[in-house]
Amino acid sequence: MTEDKIKKEHIATGVKVADWESAIQASGDLLVKSEAVTSDYVKQMIESVNKNGPYIVIGPGIAIAHARPSEAVRENAISLAILEKGVPFGNEQNDPVDLVFSFSATGSDSHLKMIEELSRILLDEEKVEQIRKSKTVDEVYQIL
Amino acid sequence: MSKLKIMTVCGFGLGSSMVLKMNLEGVLRELKIEADVFTGDVGSAQSTPADYIFTSKELGEKLSSQTKTPVVIIHSFVNKGEIKEKAEEIFQG
Repeated sequence: MTEDKIKKEHIATGVKVADWESAIQASGDLLVKSEAVTSDYVKQMIESVNKNGPYIVIGPGIAIAHARPSEAVRENAISLAILEKGVPFGNEQNDPVDLVFSFSATGSDSHLKMIEELSRILLDEEKVEQIRKSKTVDEVYQIL
Repeated sequence: MSKLKIMTVCGFGLGSSMVLKMNLEGVLRELKIEADVFTGDVGSAQSTPADYIFTSKELGEKLSSQTKTPVVIIHSFVNKGEIKEKAEEIFQG
């Protein structure tokens, strides 16, 4: 169970960024810092949005950045950067985005549990609101 | 009639499509509709047989011109209400 949860070291609150690229960078850096992925992976996540558009914005204010499993991934992980102020990703319906998740997967199904857990949380509007209002990493961790 | 095949699509078939798949499966269970829901990536989606494709607006617009499969656009993958409404429209309308 705990394995599927977002680790404390992968959460950041009050993150200040100017645009969507730095938002993904900030969220991805949390995974780089713990060596779950290499910095190449973060570049790939940004490239993917440049190529396919802001489809990673899956709900109001919520983005899930990721790239495909590759050598740049060392472990399955999810990070969450909560932005101090939301930034536009170019997704009319759901901008601005202030919750930026990044995830990495070592294979095509090894991360399923993680995503399942995450979708459960995201379906719960009240929980999402609580996360949004959280000021500290501990608060977010408790909610998750 | 054979079981419905529904593909949820995102860039790599791993992230957002997986979230949509899980939420769509939940909705279909509530509506008592039997279906195989699976994920796909935008590159191979047009050549994968399915009865319906569920995806985002951005990818949906891209896909509609490449495939004859009906494309259902979901604005929020985490809004069960929206997913349910669109599923009802198609499967019970």
